[in-house]
Amino acid sequence: MATMTAPRTVRTKKRATVAATDPKSPNLTADQLEEFGNELDALRQRVFADLGEADAAYIRMIVKRQQQFEIAGRALFYLPPAWPLAVAALSISKILENMEIGHNVMHGQYDWMGDPKLNSRIYDWDTMAPGENWKYGHNYIHHTYTNILGKDRDIGYGILRMDEDQKWHPAYLGNPLYAFLLMVFFEEGVALHDLEIDRIRTGERTWEQTKKVGKPIIRKVSKQVLKDYLLFPALTGPLFLSTLAGNAVANVIRNIWAFNIIFCGHFPAGVATFTEEECENESRGHWYYRQLLGSANITGGRLFHILSGNLSHQIEHHLFPDLPARRYPELSVEVKALCEKYGIEYNTGRLSKQLFSVARKICRLALPTRRTPAPAPVPVADDPLAA
Amino acid sequence: MGIATTLLGSRAVAALTAPHGVDRYLEMFNPMWAATEVRARVVDIHRENPDAVGSAPVATLTLQPTATWRGHRAGQYVQVGVELPGTARRMTRCFSISSAASLPGERFTLTIRAHDEGQVSRFLVNEARPGQMLHLSQAEGDFTLHESAATPTNNRLLMISGGSGITPVMSQLRTLLRDGYDGHAGRKVTFLHFARSTEDQIFADELAAIAAADNGVDVHLRHGDQRFSEFELRRLVPDFKDTDTWACGPAGLIELVRAAYADSPRLRVEFFKPPAIAAGSAEGDVSFARTGASAENSGATLLEQAEALGLRPEFGCRMGICFTCTSRKTEGTVRNVLTGEESSLPEEDIRICVSAPVGDCVVDL
Repeated sequence: MATMTAPRTVRTKKRATVAATDPKSPNLTADQLEEFGNELDALRQRVFADLGEADAAYIRMIVKRQQQFEIAGRALFYLPPAWPLAVAALSISKILENMEIGHNVMHGQYDWMGDPKLNSRIYDWDTMAPGENWKYGHNYIHHTYTNILGKDRDIGYGILRMDEDQKWHPAYLGNPLYAFLLMVFFEEGVALHDLEIDRIRTGERTWEQTKKVGKPIIRKVSKQVLKDYLLFPALTGPLFLSTLAGNAVANVIRNIWAFNIIFCGHFPAGVATFTEEECENESRGHWYYRQLLGSANITGGRLFHILSGNLSHQIEHHLFPDLPARRYPELSVEVKALCEKYGIEYNTGRLSKQLFSVARKICRLALPTRRTPAPAPVPVADDPLAA
Repeated sequence: MGIATTLLGSRAVAALTAPHGVDRYLEMFNPMWAATEVRARVVDIHRENPDAVGSAPVATLTLQPTATWRGHRAGQYVQVGVELPGTARRMTRCFSISSAASLPGERFTLTIRAHDEGQVSRFLVNEARPGQMLHLSQAEGDFTLHESAATPTNNRLLMISGGSGITPVMSQLRTLLRDGYDGHAGRKVTFLHFARSTEDQIFADELAAIAAADNGVDVHLRHGDQRFSEFELRRLVPDFKDTDTWACGPAGLIELVRAAYADSPRLRVEFFKPPAIAAGSAEGDVSFARTGASAENSGATLLEQAEALGLRPEFGCRMGICFTCTSRKTEGTVRNVLTGEESSLPEEDIRICVSAPVGDCVVDL
């Protein structure tokens, strides 16, 4: 289980990342961090105690709508003139399934319902990444070690340079191109992510570990290919190729959407990264603090939030990954108030603003970072880790 | 129906309907359509002990299962899952089937006592109405009658039950009588039952009719303070230790019956677990059922206590967010160390990294 051995980026110097990247973030003392953590714990507990029929009805309604889009999409491929409609319906179905259903159900957000069909241990989403691998890499590694360089493999996914502190290499000149390819082939990228190919190359991962992760990938990819590129096209008989193309386009549309929502969650300007030293023996308050500074939200309407699986509330998702995502909008009001109280910046903005910010970062980091005199190193706190 | 069911249950259809599976689509159109899972609609609810004062109400529910129901053998039970109104949480409990053996897709009945602490049984007896949908398992359990009316043996059969433990043996008796069991060929059936009072006697009229009929079945009903004794059993069935016996009832009755039979392989038992009582302290024992490890409860989280015993359960974040360590708690109460919330539900999935046992606790690890 313990594959998190030698970190890829080894650091020796303790560094005040938070202060360096975002001077607006305060230096909370250990006591303040503890109080901050307690307030968030209380918030979490209040919502958890309130979970009930409305949440169950909501997720069942979303599943039903998604199934209706799925049926409509699959059926409309029988009518060649309706091809664009079929692709649109199927794309919406896949987006809803991946974002609001799959991602959130597999987080365990609905485990309390006791419904095996909505249980994190049983559900496996409609994408090439096998649930069991993803839950390890995402629920455990990414959500526990969020934005810790060398630990959180979602910083650049082992392909991109998304942080100044990732050492520059000429290969990163292709940063924008890699990002574009990852966007189009996001589904494949996420499936292969857990293979940690970069670490196989450096010998940090054994063949045994690779085999254990690889087998489910082969199984799941085969299932997805069988369904979208063989069975459903075959069912439309002479329209085989048109259906196959439609399914491929729907998958790519879903890829582009998911990529953009997710990249806006952690990579806009102002999002902080952390060193392993900063997070050793971390207190619960500091964990919350890191989740907050390591995530960014996107503003938008109700429909936009649903289609993004409420990951447009990435901050609330990272603070409370096991609470049903439909609660994030109401939680955000109180989280924002807490941020104001403690003077912590709450990173949010329109989709266009966050996307532009991410795109700029991807291009900027393709080039080596210019050495500018760093702002005077301000410690994050006297001793932020003790609690 | 056969071809349609086979087709709908095929792997190709499963691949096409992934990730939800074909049943999620079928139930959109009709809750009684299913290809693999089993559901049932309650079609009738009949109160069994309307005059009983001071004891919990008992009702018989007639269920129409989906075509996926494979039928049951007399003496088996079924898991019943229901979303209780107000909580949206699905609770699943086991109930013995009280009607005679059923064929695939056939109706059957559950006879349930609404225990004070039983949320599911209380709902089914007091609140459920005809039309209510239930989630079912297939019939399970091997407390079954392997003899049929047609089996040419001279074996005598003995059934001992207490309270609502009458349900599986009633299913056996009904099956025998329905299928033309002939008591005159020397195969007597002795049916011994203990109930709290005559008013609380389940199936009283039917048992009286069976007792009165010329069928080779002896019915002995004991009410009130009359408790099971080996002495009395020996009087009814002198060679009881060599008689095929099915006993079902509360743990106290079963203990007495077991003692009377010593190690006789002719005795088959089924009993209800007494409800676990929360002691409100860290004391008690923690047991890990699969490995058989157990120790005094130290008050630490279940993950830590399992590790202290040398077990290596899977885990991830160790802070309750990633669900890697989720395990099944079969008995006892746990406290969420983050929220302080306590939970005593049996057969509950818990995150062992943030759950500390309160009193005795059994986890499937």
